[in-house]
Amino acid sequence: MAINDGGLSLSQQRQRAAFWFIAPMLAALFFVAAWPLLRTIWFSLTDTALSDLYGGEWIGFDNYLSLRVLDSGRWIWRGTLVDADWWNAVWNTVRFAFVSVFFETVLGLIVALVLNAEFKGRGLVRAAILIPWAIPTIVSAKMWAWMLNDQFGILNDIALNLGLIDQKIAWTASVDTAMYAVLMVDVWKTTPFMALLILAGLQMVPRDIYEAAKLDGINPVKVFFRITLPLIRPALAVAIIFRMLDALRIFDLVYVLTPNSKATKTMSVISRENMIDFDKFAYGAAQSTLLFAIIAIFVSLYIWLGKVDLSGEGQR
Amino acid sequence: MMIMKGRAVRATATAAMLAVFGAPVMAEELFYVSGAVGNAVEDFKTIVKPWEEATGNTVTIVPMPASTTDQFGQYRLWLAAGATDIDLYQTDVIWAPQLADHFVDLTEAAKDLAPTHFPSIIESQTVNGKLVALPLFTDAPALYYRTDLLEKYGKTPPKTWAELAETAKAIQDGERAEGKADMWGFVWQGNAYEGLTCNALEWVKSFGGGQIVEADGTISINNENAVAALEAAKSWVGTISPDGVLAYQEEEARGVWQTGNAVFMRNWPYAYTLGNGDDSAVKGLFGVTTLPVGKDGDSSAATLGGWNVAVSKYSTKQDAAVSLALYLAGPEAQKTRALIASNLPTIVALYDDPEIAEKQPIIPQWKDVFLNAVPRPSAPTLGKYNEVSAKFWSAVHNTLSGEGSAAENLELLEVELTDIKGSGW
Amino acid sequence: MTAQKLLSTVGFYALVVVIVVFSVFPFYYAIVTSFATGTELFKVNYLPKSFDWGNYQSVLGGRNFVRSIVNSVFIATTTVVFALFLAVTASYALARVRFRGRGLLLMAILAVSMFPQIAVLAGLFELIRFLGIFNTPWAMILSYVIFTLPFTVWVLTTFMRDLPVEIEEAAIVDGATPWVIITKVFLPLLWPALVTTGLLAFIGAWNEFLFALTFTSSETTRTVPVAIALLSGASQQEIPWGPIMAASVIVTVPLIILVLIFQRKIVAGLTAGGVKG
Repeated sequence: MAINDGGLSLSQQRQRAAFWFIAPMLAALFFVAAWPLLRTIWFSLTDTALSDLYGGEWIGFDNYLSLRVLDSGRWIWRGTLVDADWWNAVWNTVRFAFVSVFFETVLGLIVALVLNAEFKGRGLVRAAILIPWAIPTIVSAKMWAWMLNDQFGILNDIALNLGLIDQKIAWTASVDTAMYAVLMVDVWKTTPFMALLILAGLQMVPRDIYEAAKLDGINPVKVFFRITLPLIRPALAVAIIFRMLDALRIFDLVYVLTPNSKATKTMSVISRENMIDFDKFAYGAAQSTLLFAIIAIFVSLYIWLGKVDLSGEGQR
Repeated sequence: MMIMKGRAVRATATAAMLAVFGAPVMAEELFYVSGAVGNAVEDFKTIVKPWEEATGNTVTIVPMPASTTDQFGQYRLWLAAGATDIDLYQTDVIWAPQLADHFVDLTEAAKDLAPTHFPSIIESQTVNGKLVALPLFTDAPALYYRTDLLEKYGKTPPKTWAELAETAKAIQDGERAEGKADMWGFVWQGNAYEGLTCNALEWVKSFGGGQIVEADGTISINNENAVAALEAAKSWVGTISPDGVLAYQEEEARGVWQTGNAVFMRNWPYAYTLGNGDDSAVKGLFGVTTLPVGKDGDSSAATLGGWNVAVSKYSTKQDAAVSLALYLAGPEAQKTRALIASNLPTIVALYDDPEIAEKQPIIPQWKDVFLNAVPRPSAPTLGKYNEVSAKFWSAVHNTLSGEGSAAENLELLEVELTDIKGSGW
Repeated sequence: MTAQKLLSTVGFYALVVVIVVFSVFPFYYAIVTSFATGTELFKVNYLPKSFDWGNYQSVLGGRNFVRSIVNSVFIATTTVVFALFLAVTASYALARVRFRGRGLLLMAILAVSMFPQIAVLAGLFELIRFLGIFNTPWAMILSYVIFTLPFTVWVLTTFMRDLPVEIEEAAIVDGATPWVIITKVFLPLLWPALVTTGLLAFIGAWNEFLFALTFTSSETTRTVPVAIALLSGASQQEIPWGPIMAASVIVTVPLIILVLIFQRKIVAGLTAGGVKG
């Protein structure tokens, strides 16, 4: 009886504590994120120009889609939703996000498994694999642009010496290879992020499970798929979600490496271009809002299809 | 006692100043934002020193990354928010019309100074009769050529683009036959960016194809001469210019050039000094001339670059800021700038200045190039210039990389530009 | 059996070598480049031709570069401490306390990460000027919350949720408050996750460029990536590869040291009962 009473008040006490624990985080996020976010969404429904942030007038969804009747009587649709450049950017981004996240996950898993094993010099290797992530993006993008240069880039030189190519390739210039260049650099740069998060997941897997499996003589590959993978699934899911979010928003790498190539222009890049460079602030804001919507759809789908357990109720 | 004395002296000095100016003088502290290129910060301090001493004000420079797109984005945002933190902005020649609303009209203040500058530059900074920025220095590209190679093959610097292609091909083939596999005829800037707009504008203009959008706002780009110009340029890619030229900006072109792997290069004056550096493979082996023309009778064209100074409308110290802008664009500051940083002055008289001619012989050399300078259509297109330029370089880049013919792409471009123009620029 | 073991050992180390080469080669090439000057930069060199420290001298002797490093260290450290503190408490509540709308709340936190940085720039700029923290380190610390917090909250929530119920029960029966439970029971178990997320958040804050550029207007408040972007050649068109590479090497070294210091914590393995194995 006594325990039962204590449990009730305890649960209340815990909920109150939970509120006070969550409140500061929510307040911080509201000011820093929600407010600017809502403002941008509002901008997208006006004709605001960047030269006059407060002078915008409400125009509804015209930035997204509007119908205009020309003098000749012809009807034309206008707005982001019928903008071919926008859909090209959407396609580029989605393609980029799926391919890069796929490779980063697979490679990240391999790296994490290697780092989870005991071997000499593990600390140094761990530091070494973090280097790509540690170099500021603006610098690493420039560095790769240099290495990918057709005339004095070292990659062409290596490939030529190894006989992989017979003439120097202009990686970032050609429409055919620009996307590969961006993918390669992104995989190089963010695999450590994946690897480290997965490694943290692996570290939480109790060691005695492996010991037991070893004693039973189970094939390591089987151990990985049957035991390790299911155990690190939550950590893996979170890592993939955040990589996916980042990949869908990719900006700086493309902006530095191939800023104007039609083959690599992503949603963030085109949205910035409209907001800042082209003086179509509200139009760019509409594209940002659409980007938000597209990402939200992808993440929801992922959580739903992947049965990612959000509230953690399923486990108990 | 010493301290007392010091105070007394300072008090007397203050009293004297009050007597001179009749009212308490507030020494203003101005903030000047500028792309930090090279020794820009140190040079700037040298240049403003006389002004600071004469007025008692101080200037703090806020350096920005050299990337012009980064700078432009920041300035737009700061100005849009009416930021009072910055008093003066150093602006690219194409920005003035786009940011005109945020800057103070300098017409009245500069009525004596402005006529001493090249009229075309003053014009490029004038929007609807409002002078929004004063020129600090200018920039214009030229054709670099290898004197040793031309001599070896008995050629002269080309007058027309066709001649250039022919000479470049002959020398490239000759040199490759001698084992220099990396030799190329002509390097330029073909990446899809503002620099391609500059390059292509030069081809089009020198073929007699107009300036994309004319000063009165008409869209002129879809014409035979422009098509011929782009077709000529297309024929260079993969023959006298590497395929990679479609990703080149200034530095990539200079890299090929400076390692001795190109016969011709189109580039800005900066490559001159660097190309004559001690470790350069082409040191003393090259000359510069005006860019070629389409056919005899056409005139050469070099895209106008350069930087200007504008006073923010939101500055709380506008009088001091305008005074600084006038000083920076004036003959004294421009001369100092020419001497210490070899920037091209915009005041006509300075090109005949004996001291500049003696210490910076490259500057008078550039006068011919500069006389052929054409502005990009930033004045007629106003706030839409960036979009116009992006459409133009995309059309050119597509043509060069073989996506559609020049005629098709320019026809499409005309439609797109008309769409952007709407009822008026 | 031993032959097979030898083979797998060799294979394993080969894999390690491949991973290390793949990761480090561009950085190695940056080091090689950082020793080159002038026309040498435009040639392909696999080994440094000469050890010319000129680029390092010009970077470190340059205006305020050292100051930028100090700024970056301060901003990144404060951001991480701030984010981890908010995230540990919040994720305890999200992972271990049952209440309605937990899934929704997590989703809302995630939504913050779905907006492109460039789109919140204008609103954030207004906020920062309103708070009067423009051109101070706090502008960056505040704005970095936007990408460090959702990420740390999510990762820590996942890890806390995976810890068995038993470890908490004992403490609850002893009448420990939630705060005591977090600090005494969970923190020691969460070290690998804390160090990992802290490290990733630190690097994120260390490398951020756009906010750092927008929210500062003087050289003395700028951070490392902006300082690198400020390195320039003698003219608009020239890119100073040598100094840029030297600067990249300089700013990457502290991070490597950081990893080496904390890596023991990442290694710390766990067993089910919270007994260190």
